[in-house]
Amino acid sequence: MKVRVFVSLKSGVLDPQGRAVHHALEGLGFTGVEDVRVGRLIELDVADSTSDEALDEMCRKLLANMVIENYRIEKVA
Amino acid sequence: MRAAVITFPGSNCDRDMADAIAKISGRAPLRLWHGDAELPDGLDFIALPGGFSYGDYLRSGAMAAKSPIMRGVIAAAGKGVPVLGVCNGFQVLTEAGLLPGALMRNAGQTFICRTVPLRVESSQSLFTSRYQAGQVIQVPVAHHDGNFFADEATLDRLEGEGRVAFRYAEPTNGSQRDIAGVLNDAGNVLGMMPHPERAIEADHGGTDGRALFESVFATLSVG
Repeated sequence: MKVRVFVSLKSGVLDPQGRAVHHALEGLGFTGVEDVRVGRLIELDVADSTSDEALDEMCRKLLANMVIENYRIEKVA
Repeated sequence: MRAAVITFPGSNCDRDMADAIAKISGRAPLRLWHGDAELPDGLDFIALPGGFSYGDYLRSGAMAAKSPIMRGVIAAAGKGVPVLGVCNGFQVLTEAGLLPGALMRNAGQTFICRTVPLRVESSQSLFTSRYQAGQVIQVPVAHHDGNFFADEATLDRLEGEGRVAFRYAEPTNGSQRDIAGVLNDAGNVLGMMPHPERAIEADHGGTDGRALFESVFATLSVG
């Protein structure tokens, strides 16, 4: 089973990386970019029997840092 | 005194840390490898050094925090053994849940490598008793991910409980409330981004880091 985990910064957390990318986009002449937040996509290939609880635990224990990040799990196939 | 320095793949300040401990305590620390399943019994002091464990993959300190030896470090910290994490060691301690907060990319995006002024916030802790509260000391930093973040409630709690050990005396990396080092609730675990082990002899350009080690070692039976 292919699983995608999207890790993103929580809304209250400043994202210096996103801000730098925002500046770079403006530097390239793109207008109307209101905000940029940089996250991370992690693709997993796991046994079909892997439970939702186990996937959740993987995220909370390692893939995301719950102090600063949220995660979203998407099963691809 | 029985001290240990833990080396993770990618640690690069482990030797400096071991050297500082040996010079100040008079006894060389044990050098332990991250893959060791158990800590030796009877350790009096554990240091997690700076560096780039696991190449900072995923997040700085995230992989090292799950190393086999960290189970032993967490257990020892729970029993009151003093644990010091410097730079990457601080990142590992937060990722391991031994300290609150997280260390994010520096607000200015750049790697910062210079000596910075630090204010000692309290002389009441195990690690700062040989300093004066309010004293400003000069200690080097060398990091890309030193921007301390915690939510407002956590920050208020840390301040209220006297757990902010060191603060940057000038804006440095975007850290919330200029926090450079924090203690756990029991006061026996300290994480800090600046490197006290790089300021222990005149040839380093300053010796302001010595008192941190002297503070801890004074409470332990040296020998």
